[in-house]
Amino acid sequence: MSTATEHPTYNYKVVRQFAIMAVIWGIVGMGVGVLIAAQLVWPALNFDLPWLSYGRIRPLHTNAVIFAFGGCALFATSYYVVQRTCQTRLFSDALASFTFWGWQLVILSAAITLPLGITSAKEYAELEWPIDILITLVWVAYAVVFLGTVKLRKTSHIYVGNWFYMAFIITVAVLHIVNSMEMPVTLWKSYSLYPGTVDAMVQWWYGHNAVGFFLTAGFLGMMYYFVPKQAERPIYSYRLSIVHFWALIATYMWAGGHHLHYSALPDWTQSVGMVMSLVLLAPSWGGMINGMMTLSGAWHKLRTDPILRFLVVSLSFYGMSTFEGPMMSIKTVNALSHNTDWTVGHVHAGALGWVAMISIGAIYHMIPRLFGKAQMYSTALINTHFWLATIGTVLYICSMWVNGILQGLMWRAVNQDGTLTYSFVEALEASHPGYFVRWLGGAFFLTGMLLMAYNVWQTVRAGSSVKAAEPSAQTA
Amino acid sequence: MSAFWSAWVSVITLAVILGCTWLLFATRKSEKHKETTEETLGHEFDGIEEYDNPLPKWWFQMFLGTVIFGLGYLALYPGLGNFQGLLGWSSHGQWEEEMAHAEEQYRPVFQKYAALSIEQLQSEEDGLKMGQRMFSNNCAVCHGSAGTGAYGFPNLTDNDWLYGGEPQTLITTIANGRNGGMPAWGQVLGEDGVRDVTSYVLSLSGAADSLDGDAVARGQSQFQALCAACHGADGKGTQALGAPNLTDNTWLYGGSFEQVAHSIRNGRAGVMPAHKDLLSDEKIHLIAAYVYSLSQK
Repeated sequence: MSTATEHPTYNYKVVRQFAIMAVIWGIVGMGVGVLIAAQLVWPALNFDLPWLSYGRIRPLHTNAVIFAFGGCALFATSYYVVQRTCQTRLFSDALASFTFWGWQLVILSAAITLPLGITSAKEYAELEWPIDILITLVWVAYAVVFLGTVKLRKTSHIYVGNWFYMAFIITVAVLHIVNSMEMPVTLWKSYSLYPGTVDAMVQWWYGHNAVGFFLTAGFLGMMYYFVPKQAERPIYSYRLSIVHFWALIATYMWAGGHHLHYSALPDWTQSVGMVMSLVLLAPSWGGMINGMMTLSGAWHKLRTDPILRFLVVSLSFYGMSTFEGPMMSIKTVNALSHNTDWTVGHVHAGALGWVAMISIGAIYHMIPRLFGKAQMYSTALINTHFWLATIGTVLYICSMWVNGILQGLMWRAVNQDGTLTYSFVEALEASHPGYFVRWLGGAFFLTGMLLMAYNVWQTVRAGSSVKAAEPSAQTA
Repeated sequence: MSAFWSAWVSVITLAVILGCTWLLFATRKSEKHKETTEETLGHEFDGIEEYDNPLPKWWFQMFLGTVIFGLGYLALYPGLGNFQGLLGWSSHGQWEEEMAHAEEQYRPVFQKYAALSIEQLQSEEDGLKMGQRMFSNNCAVCHGSAGTGAYGFPNLTDNDWLYGGEPQTLITTIANGRNGGMPAWGQVLGEDGVRDVTSYVLSLSGAADSLDGDAVARGQSQFQALCAACHGADGKGTQALGAPNLTDNTWLYGGSFEQVAHSIRNGRAGVMPAHKDLLSDEKIHLIAAYVYSLSQK
């Protein structure tokens, strides 16, 4: 096992850049999230300014957390993991650098155009066509760098983490290009090439696979490196990783139809979407089992290592939300949950609990190694961050469950004469306490991110005088 | 969907599900260890090794369970191309069934009130309440939850009617909707003419003091030529056309000089949608009774 913190042949510069930007974009994206959550509690907070209105900055929030925060975390970890597990330098430093600056330009363009109201109106694909083209160029460069590096590997096999990263990179390229097929009318306006219901299906084929490949496969790649590394235990089962990898990528492709239950989508497409979503449960849990069971024999480390705690709790939230997802895809459940806050809670169980928590754990693991330090500046701050993130996520999810079920039941309640018992605004009024608790949960999570930024800053700027930690927390 | 696409959908759907099942069984069959093992595969990546532990039994069974459920569902419900499923279920069929069921369950309640006239219903508290609930869900978006209207949407509580407030007229309005069209006169009158006619129109509702008497006089002759056909020579409106009374100081689009001038210059197009395809006759009857009650207080 190598104990070097800086490997002379690896390109750590681009990893450092992406890792730092992940922290910064995390704060920006979650900050906007907390603002829009606050707007739902205190509507006056849009200040009657169009570019601060909920409809414009909600997509800014989603784009910032998914593509800026999540994207930078994926770029950073994938470049780190692929070099270390293939024992080789990145295929091309110039292309890697292009992916960094290109991706930052994409994020900056999003941050300018979305508040101005420039949008293609497709959820999670709101950016207009010139930015879509830039994304494509960056993504192709990313694929070349990553696949090229795997090709140059000095190991005989390709490590399982890299399978997931490859599936993520290749599929996201296909998803982005197909869903973004549009006809430009002006520099900042385009219309989708697909008509009506077909457009809806293409959109949710993209939308659900953005969850499946961007937010699941990519982060499973992360999990497969950082969990065994931080726990210093072998992966539980190679065989399980084969089954769950292939089954996961084969069935995720089909699941998007469940976003359009009881709509104009043909019945057969809805049924297939539901069935595939249910079959997806076991492959999803395969990743959770492989991560959790890797800890057998190392559970005691959870008591002293908050980084490992981040990774393990992220797997618990992953398991929970991948159980919840298939349940919500069942039509009778969906009839209650659709269009309610339950969906929002489900997404955040995955986004905060799984995606953000595992990224945070991975970044805490990488930062000292990337900057040649013995360990993070403060383990106590990591611990505080862990509790803020966990409590914040739980507050968020629980308030949205309560709100979602409340809304679903109020919307469908009828009087003895068959008329609706509640008007829409009554259900909205009843949701108000839940919106407050959700805002509070988001504020907890954001506070944790601010602690992280301080901790990272202190680690990076500290001299080499930082004393070595106990070996279990820092050997590379 | 054509036979080709139907077959295509069926084949790839089943191929994915059965392919996963095959992979599950094949991987399980080739297991070298039946119990948890401490033996790794021998290769390592940056210090990470891998065990080759068997697939957890409960997980294997859960996977198989979802596959069996999935195949069962595809046999019973539409999913495999054009195959309708053994139950013959369709979402449209479910909707029709639920609507028929609701019709059967609720019809007697409504029929009881359908037998009463709108005047008689004014003393039926429960019936009016039902009308109010339907008003909340169908009408309040435009007319307001209290029926007091908004800019461009008539107030229903002031007993001032565009098309008339008799029970039968209310039913006609709700069932068939209304299209109120006021032509744009800006081109015909010119800007000076618009201001003259505006002055005259405002003088009808008693604002003569603040207006230029000459403009009112010029406006009057223009009004008689262009506006009187609908609004009447006395400006009291014509309910058969939905042309508003201009003498009562009740304004749908605002009564300031500029707002009235805007209406004359650019015209107005007010639309009340028809509800006969959305609501049954009995329901419209009760909503009309409720709307009638609003102006009878």
